[in-house]
Amino acid sequence: MSDTAINVSGVSYSYGDIKALDKVSFAVRSGELFGLIGPDGAGKSTLYRILATLAGPMDGSASILGLDVVGESRRLRSIIGYMPEKFSLYPDMSVMENLRFFASLYGSDVDECYSLIEPVFRQLARFPDRMAGALSGGMKQKLALSCALAHRPSVLLLDEPTTGVDAVSRSEFWEVLRALRDGGMTILVSTSYMDEASMCDRVAMIDNGRVLAADTPEALVACMDGSLYEARSGDMYRLLAALRSTPGVADCYTFGASIHLAVTDDFDSEAAKRHLAAAGIPDADIVPAKATIEDLFIKLTSHAGQ
Amino acid sequence: MGIFASLIKKEALHIVRDRRTMLLTLLMPLALLLLFGFAISTEVNNVRVVVAADRHSGVERGVIERLRANEYFTFEGLVAPTDVEAILRGGGADAALVMVEREGAVRTQLIVDASNPVMGRSAAAYLSEVAAGAADTPLITTTLYNPQMKSSYNFVPGIMGMIFILICAIMTSVSIVSEKENGTMNLLLVSPVKPGMVIFGKLVPYFILSCAILAVMLGVAYSLLDIPFSESAIWVVALSLLYIVLSLSVGLLVSTLVDTQVSALVVSAMLFMLPVVMLSGMIFPIENMPLPLQWISGIIPARWYIAAMRKLMIQQLDPGGIWLESVILFAMTAVVLGVAIAKSGLKRS
Repeated sequence: MSDTAINVSGVSYSYGDIKALDKVSFAVRSGELFGLIGPDGAGKSTLYRILATLAGPMDGSASILGLDVVGESRRLRSIIGYMPEKFSLYPDMSVMENLRFFASLYGSDVDECYSLIEPVFRQLARFPDRMAGALSGGMKQKLALSCALAHRPSVLLLDEPTTGVDAVSRSEFWEVLRALRDGGMTILVSTSYMDEASMCDRVAMIDNGRVLAADTPEALVACMDGSLYEARSGDMYRLLAALRSTPGVADCYTFGASIHLAVTDDFDSEAAKRHLAAAGIPDADIVPAKATIEDLFIKLTSHAGQ
Repeated sequence: MGIFASLIKKEALHIVRDRRTMLLTLLMPLALLLLFGFAISTEVNNVRVVVAADRHSGVERGVIERLRANEYFTFEGLVAPTDVEAILRGGGADAALVMVEREGAVRTQLIVDASNPVMGRSAAAYLSEVAAGAADTPLITTTLYNPQMKSSYNFVPGIMGMIFILICAIMTSVSIVSEKENGTMNLLLVSPVKPGMVIFGKLVPYFILSCAILAVMLGVAYSLLDIPFSESAIWVVALSLLYIVLSLSVGLLVSTLVDTQVSALVVSAMLFMLPVVMLSGMIFPIENMPLPLQWISGIIPARWYIAAMRKLMIQQLDPGGIWLESVILFAMTAVVLGVAIAKSGLKRS
């Protein structure tokens, strides 16, 4: 158990009639970069609010490093670093003023934590006097991360840190997170970008307030092996319509420039091609495809809907 | 202390960086004081008067001399009694004194254009005094405390009562709510800093700012507006500080009730601006209001503050004369601050 950094068991939370979290359970190991993957409105931010002690769970319990988020919130607050989804720094204060202020709230100072935040803060250090409100999206997120790190927390809670950030800054951001993880920090990061799942050690897929699956990205995708095909044709629209009535196809959806087919065990690609030719699409090409987290997500959510 | 100091410093930065708001909060009280003190007044000046008499006698000559000597009146001439109505209707005069001899005695009639009731009432009062003075048995009227009936005297306490509740309540509520809106309040609450300290760290800078405003207003009141200075000034300051704390608490209470800066502004303005102006006795005397409105005015802090300030600044009463107002303001402060702290501590989500 000492290996578990964050433990969430049976947590439920609702806003009036809307259930934001429905008996959510998962555990994050110490020193792990753990991803929460799910679309907007899946309940990720609510879960963060509970873990950051801003809201109490209505049912179930959660603890970080053995400290209960409700009962021991005061002690818990000094060991977590929380970065909310929305940019939450003072726009009328400069980069340095924000950093100093948040460090001082924890009785820390910038010199003390500088070695830790240096990789994140390096670019910002070039304009310490710029107002936080005047920073670009990526820079804002780096400053927010620096502020969340200013007191050397043991556990980092990042709520969609890469949303609205350009691709280069995103990959830099993930580099930084991995470096922090290598330094021994436990990080819980949420994202609505499915492709970022592969950057995490383990991920939990969450939708409609429920955890659909939790494992390493590789293991999650592996369970899709052999059940995913890719289809192409000159007339993609008619192809999609025809595939829906093809035997053995459980689900099909456009995926980039092609169509992905989630299929049942009795699917036969040659038989399917004949079926399509009969339906007036002679040039259809169907080959096995490598599954991604997104395919899995679509599969899991379509199952949940049935 | 380190944490508290940096909370204060942070808030001071917000205040100083928002130059427009800061300038407005410092200049608005000054502008209002000077405006009401000099430009806008309900004193009656330059009332144009005609005198009408059906025959010349010593009485009307005496009245005309007194009118000419009086700076509040402009004597517009002696006319025939039959012309008076036409002159008043044509706007040639604001008031007319008509003296007609009946059965051997001079009877005086005073006609005043009361289309502006404030002016009409004052003109009637002044004029009847002037007319009575010319008669055989003069009526002696003594005006206490404010012998020249200067309206600026009356407005200083009123403006102070309005300014503090507006500035303190609006600024604190908006600044706290803006932290909620920005999400920074969440970061403050997630930190180990106690919520009470967060709130206190927000109130102290605004208290200091309010003290600066108080100093400016009192400086203007005692120097430019000629309000008599005496040791009661100490009590003026003491009671004003209490009122500032009360106003800050009201702002804190508002911030626990609303979630956006706009609604904080609207609630503050609606809750305070109108009642303070209408019901605090600042402009309309409370004694003349219908009873239900008088009861409502009883819960408006500005009413008690303004009443106490009038007693201290204009009547120059001892502090013993304002014990009721002081006790009520003190009780209000305790209740509002208590409720506000309880609510802001509980509200997490």
